[in-house]
Amino acid sequence: MRSIILQTATRYLLPILLLFSFFLLLRGHYYPGGGFVGGLVASIAFVLHSFANGTEATMKILKRKPLSLIPVGLGISAVSVVLPTFFGLPPMTGLWWEEKVPVIGMIGSALFFDLGVYLVVIGVVLTILFTISLTKD
Amino acid sequence: MLFTILLGLISSILLIPFGKRFKSSWSILLPFVPTVLFIYYLGYIPKVASGLTYFQEINWVPSLGVNFNLKLDGLSLLFCLLITGIGTGIFFYARTYLKGHPYFDRFFGYLYLFMSAMLGLVLSDNILLLFIFWELTSISSFFLIGFNNDQEASRKSAMTALTITGMGGFFLLAGLILIGNVAGTFKISELIEYRDVILNHPQYPLILGLIFLGAFTKSAQFPFHFWLPGAMKAPTPVSAYLHSATMVKAGIYLLARFFPVLSGTDLWTYTLMGIGGFTMLYSAIHSLFRIDLKSILAFTTISALGMLVFLLGIGTKQAVIAASVFILVHALYKATLFLVTGIVDHETGTRDITRLSGLKKVLGPVALAAGLAALSSAGLPSTFGFIGKDLIYEATLHVESHWILILTVIAVATNICLVAAGFMAGFKPFIGSLPQEFEKLHLPYKSMWIPPLILGGLGLIFGLFPGFIGNYLSYQTANSIYAGDTEMHLAIWHGFNTVLILSLVTLAAGTFLYFINKPSAEKVGFIEKFEKISPQQIFTGYANDIVKFSERFTNFFHNGYLRSYHMKIILFAEGLLIYKLWQSGPIKIVFDNLTPLTIYEVAVVIILLGALLIVVSTPSRLTSVVAMSVIGYCICLMYVFYSAPDLAMTQFTIDTLSTVLFVLVLYKLPSFLNLASARERYRDSIVALGFGAILSIIALKVLYEPIKTETSDFYGENAYILAKGKNVVNLILADFRGIDTMFETVVLGIAALGVYSLLKLRLKSSEKE
Repeated sequence: MRSIILQTATRYLLPILLLFSFFLLLRGHYYPGGGFVGGLVASIAFVLHSFANGTEATMKILKRKPLSLIPVGLGISAVSVVLPTFFGLPPMTGLWWEEKVPVIGMIGSALFFDLGVYLVVIGVVLTILFTISLTKD
Repeated sequence: MLFTILLGLISSILLIPFGKRFKSSWSILLPFVPTVLFIYYLGYIPKVASGLTYFQEINWVPSLGVNFNLKLDGLSLLFCLLITGIGTGIFFYARTYLKGHPYFDRFFGYLYLFMSAMLGLVLSDNILLLFIFWELTSISSFFLIGFNNDQEASRKSAMTALTITGMGGFFLLAGLILIGNVAGTFKISELIEYRDVILNHPQYPLILGLIFLGAFTKSAQFPFHFWLPGAMKAPTPVSAYLHSATMVKAGIYLLARFFPVLSGTDLWTYTLMGIGGFTMLYSAIHSLFRIDLKSILAFTTISALGMLVFLLGIGTKQAVIAASVFILVHALYKATLFLVTGIVDHETGTRDITRLSGLKKVLGPVALAAGLAALSSAGLPSTFGFIGKDLIYEATLHVESHWILILTVIAVATNICLVAAGFMAGFKPFIGSLPQEFEKLHLPYKSMWIPPLILGGLGLIFGLFPGFIGNYLSYQTANSIYAGDTEMHLAIWHGFNTVLILSLVTLAAGTFLYFINKPSAEKVGFIEKFEKISPQQIFTGYANDIVKFSERFTNFFHNGYLRSYHMKIILFAEGLLIYKLWQSGPIKIVFDNLTPLTIYEVAVVIILLGALLIVVSTPSRLTSVVAMSVIGYCICLMYVFYSAPDLAMTQFTIDTLSTVLFVLVLYKLPSFLNLASARERYRDSIVALGFGAILSIIALKVLYEPIKTETSDFYGENAYILAKGKNVVNLILADFRGIDTMFETVVLGIAALGVYSLLKLRLKSSEKE
């Protein structure tokens, strides 16, 4: 049930959707968006790709098992939580880079926390969906 | 002081990665930690003997009043020395005892954990900190009792011990929190200033009862004593260390620690005297009927613990002195006897005293250690036990006149049994003729027989020079329990008086009892007939009933049908909401506050209703899933209309993904079957409509409820100032309540792992077929 139209479309949609998801992640601090939604959009992008080209093909793009994104994401979040304690501040205090970064704007520890959430969400959604779709009866 | 607690914990953790090396070449390092700690605490003796008390405070959770407060006084020092000193011997001993055991590293990990927990317990000056360490000792004891986890009896004993001590821990926590609230401080050293407040508080009996329950369960007092004989399933070094010398004395420590704060009332005195007195006599008699060496020692240990509770109950100056000396006396001779038993068991393969005899010919130094310990336990003049026994009689003779006779008789009777039991364990296996089967035995490694010999020898040395140990250690121990000067002076000779006569009578009668009491398997059988009415049976009976009840309870609520879960959850929520609505009085709905309808909203609601109709009527699974997602999207549109873009975006993506998930799962399901009868469908629809109606009423009711905006105002005002952001929803998630989000992501991860492992596991098992 492969559709050539869908396959062609996803070739362009995958990068665009991923970019969009990252955009959602970055703008979350000021406008609607954030790590959770961003992660969901990114996983939808991969799911769409797997619908068009088969789950095995998507796994090839990902190179690693989506499961491995979960510990990485949790690790990044945890580091951003603990980081302030090294500066003598209570955990979870927001730390901010003094200068603005072009395009992205202000960078703070909250962004890394969100990045962690983003990765965990992708990992969780893809792990659940791909494991089910790869289960052979 | 803090480092002494941490050192054990760190060693315990180090054993995880380096376990293999510690099993072989590094194992010589294992006893190093307790040795260092022992030397460290020995250094405190002169300072503490001169009356100094040491404090250390580290901020931990200052906002909750829980700080790492440590305190070292005479009582703590005695326990620290016992923990690290006997610990050193035990570590050397166990290294040989368990050589080649597959879980050698694990064993030492638990042992280190226990040592740290026990040190923390006796050094804590904060009652919550004390409780944490208290529980840690229970947990490490559980692991050590169940160490031989391939034997059902071990696992069962470990569970019993954990249940009893854990239950006691709950009571203790309640008691400690109450006492902290009544006094307004959680620092033990400050509690004594509030003695009058606590004693006169209406909750005093409750506090005392709860703390007693904690102490009695831990220190194996009747009727909770039965876990201790069961705990003898642990390897013998553990029995020697935890279940005779240190951990079981934690309850005694607790009573001694709170003695200055809580004692002096009739409730304190008579409860402790009653329970302690009964326990000590009951288990001393029990010990005479046993033929298993460890079993004998277990019951004499319970008896000794009863003796300590009894003494603290009497609570006079003499009784406190007797208790502080007897803790040390007992630890020395009992640890020795246990270690000797371990050697005998290790070498001969049996602990049955009816089979063991004449071992002194092959195990000379071991027999010497056992003999010294047995004599100390019997209280032969010139041993430390003699002084301990003297002080106990001194204590029972210095009470109110009408109690003298009865207390002295109980103490003498208990001690007579203990003399006989001590001889049974310390002499019986070593004297007489050597059976042929044991002729080829040889002495074990030095590291096994030297520790008991030292401990046994100390019993003699302390007995010959009681003034030395008395002035340097026991005097301050007694002072810290009594919270005042006890004017204690230990001497080897007190003159020819009543106490001496009682001591000699005890010794003579005990020896006589030893010769006439011939332990045999029949006697064990006889005493086991009483098991039916023992507390153990009653407790196990209750435990079984609870298991049965929870089985029925679980089967009813957790029957595996998703539809049944939904039904129960919704019905329960309906019940609660109706109750709450009914309580809040008549419902009035103000329609004036409603915003006028727009064409978009009407259109969306019509689509929504149409989709709903399809969901409940379609015979196809796929159609219903698609219709469900239409409903989801309609709700998203509602969010958009009412300016909640964050919510809408999330809902959109979630709906998309759940449809995909549904399709993936449905694809593998068998074809659609209608399992519900018409009646069930009507019932379900009534429940569903009811729930919808209730929620609608609540939504309408919210409109005229006064709106509290404090929370949203706070976030609105502080979002930019504190978190430098403008999207409040996201700031709450990622900053203000970030810890919540953190744990939510962890839960998500766990869910994914669950799905992954369940499906992969199923794959593997189907591949096998």
